[in-house]
Amino acid sequence: MKKFVQSLMSGLAIALITSMVFTAFPATSSAALVQLPPLPYDYAALAPSIDAETMQLHHDKHHAGYITNLNAALEKYPALQNQSVESLLQNLDQVPEDVRKAIQNNGGGHVNHSMFWTIMKPDGGGQPTGTLATAIQSTFGSYEAFQEKFEKAGLSQFGSGWVWLVTNPQNQLQIISTANQDNPLMQGLYPIMGNDVWEHAYYLTYRNRRADYLKGWWNVANWDEIEKRFVSSANYSSANYNSVNYSSANY
Amino acid sequence: MAFTQSPLPYDPGALEAHNMSARTFEFHYGKHHAAYVTNLNNLVKDTPMADMPIEEVIKTSFGDADKVGIFNNAAQVWNHTFFWSSMKPDGGGTPTGDLAAKIDSDLGGFDKLKEAFKTAAATQFGSGWAWLVLDNGALKVTKTGNAENPLVHGQTPLLTLDVWEHAYYVDFQNRRPDFISNYLDQLVNWDFAAQNLAACS
Repeated sequence: MKKFVQSLMSGLAIALITSMVFTAFPATSSAALVQLPPLPYDYAALAPSIDAETMQLHHDKHHAGYITNLNAALEKYPALQNQSVESLLQNLDQVPEDVRKAIQNNGGGHVNHSMFWTIMKPDGGGQPTGTLATAIQSTFGSYEAFQEKFEKAGLSQFGSGWVWLVTNPQNQLQIISTANQDNPLMQGLYPIMGNDVWEHAYYLTYRNRRADYLKGWWNVANWDEIEKRFVSSANYSSANYNSVNYSSANY
Repeated sequence: MAFTQSPLPYDPGALEAHNMSARTFEFHYGKHHAAYVTNLNNLVKDTPMADMPIEEVIKTSFGDADKVGIFNNAAQVWNHTFFWSSMKPDGGGTPTGDLAAKIDSDLGGFDKLKEAFKTAAATQFGSGWAWLVLDNGALKVTKTGNAENPLVHGQTPLLTLDVWEHAYYVDFQNRRPDFISNYLDQLVNWDFAAQNLAACS
């Protein structure tokens, strides 16, 4: 009887270990395919700055679409799955040529949107505090001057794209805009925050009035998360992206 | 002399039964197209470009880093005017006559053309346009980003579809492939393409 129990226990242990192994490492070939991160709040949580239908389409259709296309490219080259998508964007010239544009567009789309959901929150807004507030003050003169410059850059981005607050390798703040889904990592800059100025981000509520969208967006800015990213960026300037550990990096 | 916005060749509600709403025209024609005209006039005011034909403004400003704003607005004025004529109420159907024959000989038939056009329009990443053009005497299907158009590549545009999100977001939201199919099935004006081809010979 004792032997039977022992054998049962060891059988259970093997089953348990086996199941743990498979839980930790699901089907090896797709281990590092990308999954859609859940929206950290309800679709309607950012209204009226961003309406619920826009949030649903933006997250469930647009972001999900980038992931489908990104994974199709990653499945072609399983070795790429061992790197973070951020790292692929930083080293696009090392990505096989036939999937390079797909990774740039869809990897960018995935990384950009993953950040975007986290740097917004219901009842956001207010002003940054701490070291970020100080850096904004010294770089742009005032928070208001920063806002104005950020909005202007967003308005001037012709066609689809993003407006960003980034840090450069000297850890200085800069405002830039990028076309389509290009991420600042592609040019060696670290994205602290970004606002999506593709028309799909605002058309249902704001139509052609991008300027009004950019103004309304401040009401949902999540300054706690943005400041975390700023603090993390100090580690980025002299190292590669994979060494940066910030709260939303687990894509 | 200031540039003016061409009138729509049909009523803003004329395509409503074919899934392009009056609401879309209210913004697309009334706001987006109109703003490009206003911006262009502001940018070329008191310069030689103010008196050029718009096609010359487009070709002259293309690729000039100091004239990006002029190029973007001038090309978008032209592209939209061309787009309105690329559609008509009760459009769709199949091309006939010389155009149909040329589609067969240059592109392998109408089904192949439709397939190539759908692919071009669906794969233009971000804002832009899909085109049927005449390039060195042969028909081609192309796509361009943002405001760029075939004139700057020495091609003759015959037909276009706007795939900026503002062209379809009110009626189709994210479903660009449905918007493209609807254009080919119900909106496209093959007579306009045939006229543009005839003008080349």
